[in-house]
Amino acid sequence: MRLIAEGFRQALHLIVGIDPDLRNAAWRTLQISGTATVVSLVLGAPAGVMLALARFPGRTFFVALINTGMGLPPVVAGLFVMMLLWRGGPFGELALLYTPAAMVVAQSLIALPMVTGLSLAAVQALPARLHLQVRALGATRLQMAWLLAREARLPLLAALMAGFGAVVSEVGASLMVGGNLRGHTRVLTTAIVLEASRGNFSTAIALAIVLMALAYAINLILTRLQQRGQA
Amino acid sequence: MTTHALPAPPAFEIRGLRVRRGASFTLDIPRLSVVGGETLAVLGLNGAGKSTLLEVLALLRRPDEGEVRILGEAARPGAATHRLRRRLGLALQDPLLLTGSVLDNVALPLRLRGLPRRDSRRHALVALQRFDVGHLADRQARLTSGGEARRVSLARALVTDPDLLLLDEPFSALDPPTRDALLRDFQAALPPETAVVLVTHDRLEAQMLAHHLAVVDGGKLLQVGPVDEVFRHPVDRSVAALVGPEIDPSSSWARGRAAARV
Repeated sequence: MRLIAEGFRQALHLIVGIDPDLRNAAWRTLQISGTATVVSLVLGAPAGVMLALARFPGRTFFVALINTGMGLPPVVAGLFVMMLLWRGGPFGELALLYTPAAMVVAQSLIALPMVTGLSLAAVQALPARLHLQVRALGATRLQMAWLLAREARLPLLAALMAGFGAVVSEVGASLMVGGNLRGHTRVLTTAIVLEASRGNFSTAIALAIVLMALAYAINLILTRLQQRGQA
Repeated sequence: MTTHALPAPPAFEIRGLRVRRGASFTLDIPRLSVVGGETLAVLGLNGAGKSTLLEVLALLRRPDEGEVRILGEAARPGAATHRLRRRLGLALQDPLLLTGSVLDNVALPLRLRGLPRRDSRRHALVALQRFDVGHLADRQARLTSGGEARRVSLARALVTDPDLLLLDEPFSALDPPTRDALLRDFQAALPPETAVVLVTHDRLEAQMLAHHLAVVDGGKLLQVGPVDEVFRHPVDRSVAALVGPEIDPSSSWARGRAAARV
């Protein structure tokens, strides 16, 4: 019990004193996970909307694949990206392994099926004849996709929050492709693993508090966006 | 005024239409059409294929066989169809209003056609006033009552002044006074040259609004003709059952039955 109380006391010191390592890890987390979330939104939301409207052979198998991807273990995503970026790998020449860019790629891979799958479900949950009505109002396919996405914005933003939640909390992929290099690829989760393994519980707690506060702040912004205009 | 104008093409014309679902046809209509200024009611029970027919007419479903001509033009996939679809209006039983204000909803079809915002909103307000809901313009669409939403939906369908208006039971499932008032306002708001297809299972609605009546059952067109004629002379028992329980004793079907009984 003393350990925990002491941990929290020191944690507050680190936070209030704005420890440079802590600040750096927090900034990296925001940068990397934020970028990965935006990438997954830009690719995944339109893909999900399209998939909801499209009918093609093998669609069910494809959708099942995406739904499986929603549970993709971060270490598997990390392993996959690692192999691609490895010196001898197909993209080895880019020298991206152990850089923040590699972490963005791996985290995007984790968030993408999640955003795609949940966007697909969001649009499919709309009234069955809504897309016919919208088309009949004179919308082009693109206009229809936009209008339907707007109708589904609540679950779409929930999809975005789920995607962000998944990448900001993962540690496996970040460790594998980022390498946890101090000041470079060290994010809050990887820093927690490191500090806890060293027995620096107060630092680990401080990092955990910052991580949770960060996640809360981002989700608060998204929730306000989501609930805007809701009575 | 032109005095030697060619007769306008029918608002829609169907020939040999067949829509398949699985192995069977959900819709099989050899011939059906409506001209401008006329209302055709399509009467049938649930699952008769009425809504499928409406989707075909709205160019939202391609028939497996046959030809559909809308306003004299054959419906083909692609940009031409899109242009053609923009001359149609559609209102369903579910008003399906979108997020935003009532005015936004009615202005949307005009906005989608590239009309400036200010003009769209001006026209939309006029359309709302025709349906006696001008005072709801600034209200959030999802906060309207069932009857109000129907009015908004009909105003939205008519705001573009469509040549062909497609209606799928927009007057059903309302309490009688609300419905009667809506029917009256709809008739007053409908431009005289507009062709209307009204899909319904309500024979009184058909009687009240339509000039022609098509009776469908199990995807098949059983009878089509002027409303009074179909009501008075149903061609068989199924049509008779649909157009009304109290059969006019002078109807040919009833006479035939009476003769058979003797």
